[in-house]
Order: sequence, then structure tokens, then C-alpha cells
Amino acid sequence: MAARPDSGDVDMDDAPTSHQPEVKDDTMVDDEGDEVDEENEDDDEEEEEDVQRVKLLPGSTETAASFEFANEGHTLGNALRYVIMRNPDVEFCAYAIPHPSEAKMNVRIQTFEGTTAIQALEKGLRDIQELCDVVTDKFVGAAADFAQKKAASS
Amino acid sequence: MPHKRPTQEELEQRKIVGINLETVTDVQSTDFPGHYPGEDHAWDIERFKKGFSVEFHQNDPYEASFSLIGCDASIANAFRRIMIADVPTLAIENVFIWNNTSVIQDEVLAHRLGLIPFTGGREGLHDFLKWFKKPAEGEQPNCTDYNTVELSLDIRCEHNENADPNETDPTKLYHHAHVYAKDIVFKPIGRQAHYFSGENTIRPVNPDILIAKLRPGQEISLTMHMHKGIGSDHAKFSPVATASYRIMPTITITQPILGRDAEKFQKCFPKGVIGLQKVTAQEAAQKGSGYEGHEGELKAVVVDPKSDTVSREALRHEEFKDKVKLGRRRDHFIYLVESTGQWESDAIFLESVQHLKEKAKSLEKQLVNMVR
Repeated sequence: MAARPDSGDVDMDDAPTSHQPEVKDDTMVDDEGDEVDEENEDDDEEEEEDVQRVKLLPGSTETAASFEFANEGHTLGNALRYVIMRNPDVEFCAYAIPHPSEAKMNVRIQTFEGTTAIQALEKGLRDIQELCDVVTDKFVGAAADFAQKKAASS
Repeated sequence: MPHKRPTQEELEQRKIVGINLETVTDVQSTDFPGHYPGEDHAWDIERFKKGFSVEFHQNDPYEASFSLIGCDASIANAFRRIMIADVPTLAIENVFIWNNTSVIQDEVLAHRLGLIPFTGGREGLHDFLKWFKKPAEGEQPNCTDYNTVELSLDIRCEHNENADPNETDPTKLYHHAHVYAKDIVFKPIGRQAHYFSGENTIRPVNPDILIAKLRPGQEISLTMHMHKGIGSDHAKFSPVATASYRIMPTITITQPILGRDAEKFQKCFPKGVIGLQKVTAQEAAQKGSGYEGHEGELKAVVVDPKSDTVSREALRHEEFKDKVKLGRRRDHFIYLVESTGQWESDAIFLESVQHLKEKAKSLEKQLVNMVR
């Protein structure tokens, strides 16, 4: 059905189905692509590195932006939402998976004046990395202590 | 209005999720800037480091239990999800069946083979073996020593000439009536001999997994290719049988529970959660403690809240009304990680932390790319 002439909406037939670039073979969700990036960085699979997985969605301004992450889900979405919400310069942050059969995750960030949504997202990603380092250190320490205690008691 | 700093008691109370007979309270995290006026809840790595701790309860190769204390559910859940779905393992992916005259169909047999957990030299499995890239339509697969492990299973059931004529047990009557995981043979190719020989050979975690049953004359002959994969692609690639967490239960006895009531109270919880102690003379002498005149009687004390299942049974009884408060600590996660054998159970958790870090790192790079 065509949009009413007075409405500003895009006709359904003309609306893009997605803001991600078209994948040639859309029956294959490229789950392994990102894994390859991370594991084989110095391997000959460099071309995979170029697939852009983060996109700024239309309608975004400096301080209020929506990002689309391809091949991400609740795992990163919720963790990222949490650390970004801990940023005092952020007024609002939320994530969503618009449709369960599309491997996409959206993050909405609105900041107060003085910083940008992109900066807030970047800080969030850096905070997660720092957090992971702390968790690793503490975990390794606790495991060593536990092994020592066990050896001492047996 | 001048802001009052919260007391230590208040800070502790903020972490508690209330559990009532029919309802729960204070479920959401409140540690966000702006939630409490005048308080600073901005993310600070030093503060996180101070408040965060890990405590081990058990650390065996196939099972580990530990607590993460002082982190948010979103972080704890990310680690759990990564352990299940994103930590890679090696599993049988392709089965080339040359002959299968057993009663079990090719596709069912292949599926059973895929689900068998394998183990081998850790260095080879985690560092040497790389991802196998699925070939495009019409393209030849690129199987090499660093992305494919070849296994074979060649077995034929025959009559056992030496069996007792009155024998009815098929395993004694025939040779190879049962096909087990231990019958699978690993063939090292290229550099695999260096990483997977001797005690590091690629083998099923449990040699006694039953794959098929045969009768004399029946034969199974097949070759298998193992690839690395992740649990989100297929559950056979998941390195854990279960990876889950519970939130630490809290039990607070607000008024003394004595005598017969104490024994009944103890029975409302799993064994070991509630202990019984004699009321001391000192306690009985203390005015307003509720113990006056009860010296020598048994009172209920909380011994091990961690073992509680939070069944809320105690809340159902009239005599414990207003005497006990149940809750959970929102920032205390008790993990239980059961490895299938390819990874050490504690290494799976470490790998999940590393995975989240790498994910954030690669996306940070992508974000910089996007802006550029």
C-alpha cells in the first residue's frame, strides 16, 4: 500500500530493509568472519579485517546517535550498555536487537553537551577492556591462592 | 539541601534484592551516576579494582566453581554467554562414510559422532590449530594440517569362535558387537605429529561412549574431519556441559528463633544452611536481646547461606513471620563451569574474559575506522 500523499513516510516498497551493506550471500551469516579477524590477525586472512561492523544510523547528531553493530548480540550489548551508563556525561544509553533473525544489535547513546556519542561509545569499549584485565588478574590470583591452600591442606 | 553520605550499612543494603513470600524487591542495579543525588558513581577502574574479588570454591579439570564479587549482572552474564557460545573447540564436522551396513542410519551415525567430546595437546588445540574457512559453492575445501584433524573408524563385527555355545551376551558372542569412542583412530598429518603425539594425542574424553551396535557381518568404515567451531554455530562446539551462575542468597534472622521452632526452621532449608547453637549465659543476661530466660536452649543461626536454594519455605510458616528476611546479593555471582574436557574448566572462564576484551578492542578499532 502506498503511503498517504500527506505523510512524510517512505513508501514501504522503497524503504531500505537494512542499513548494513548488502551481503552477497545472505543465507550464510558470516559468524566466522569476526573470529578470523581476532585470531588470525597476522595471518594471510587480512582481507576479512576490512568488513565494517559498526555503523552510524541515519538521524544521528553529535550528542545523540544510534549505532548498528553487525554480528553482535546481548553478550556485548548489555555489557556495553552498562559501562556507558556509568559514564556521567551520558544522559541515556540503551541497546536493542531489532529482530531476532537478523544478527544485528543497535546501541542508542545520548550525551550531555561537551562530549559526543561517539566519544562515549569509544570510552565504553575502552572501559570494557580495562575491566577484563582486572578480572583476569584477580581470577588468576585467586586460582593460584586456591591451589596453594589446597596443596597446604593435603 | 546538604547531601548525607550513605553509611556502610546503607551501602551494603543497596546490594540486596529482597525476597518475600510472593514478591521480589530492589531488583535493578542502582550504581549509576545521578541515581543517588550528590554521589559519584562514575565508572572508575581503580574503584572497580578495589571492590572486585574472586573466590574459588572448587577447581578441578572438569568442574570449577568460583564467585565473582563486586561486578554487575551485565558483565557476569557476558562471561557466561561467551563461555557457552563463543569459546572455540575442535569437533567432528564432516563424516565421509565409505561403508555402513549397521542398523544405524548414516546421518544419525554422523550426528552421534559429531557430539563426542575430544581432547588432546592443549598447545596444539588452542594455538596451533586455526579456523577452517568454509569453501564457497563449487570450490575445493582447503584442508591442511593446521585447520583439519583427520580421524577414522573402521570396524567389522565377527563371530567369536571361542565363545561358549550357551553364551547369550552379544559382546562375548561376537567381536566388536559394540562400537565405542575408543575405536576411533587419529591420524596425525604434517606438523600435527609434533603437537599431538604420546599423551597429547587427539582422543575422546571418555573412551567408553557407545557409538553403535553391530551384528556379525555388519561393518562401519568412515573417515572424519574435525574443525574448530563455536557453540553459537552448533552445540557440539561448546566447551562446557553447563556454565551457569547463581546469585548469593542472604538469610537474616531478625528475631530469635528458639527451641522446637529452631529445629523446624532448620528443616526449612537445605542441610548445613542453618545451624543450632545453645544460648549462652551472656546472651540470656542481655536485656532486650530476646534471649532472656532462655539460657541453654537451642537457637537457629545462619551457617552457610551459599548452599541455600531460596525455596522460601521458611516464609510459609506463621511462627517465623517477621523473624527472618531472605534476600540475594545482586553483585555476588557463584559460577559453576563444567568442562567437556577439551579445556581446563578455569581456562574456559579466562578465555571468555579474553574474548570479551578482544571483541571490545576490535570494535574500538572499527569505530575509529568509521569516524575516519
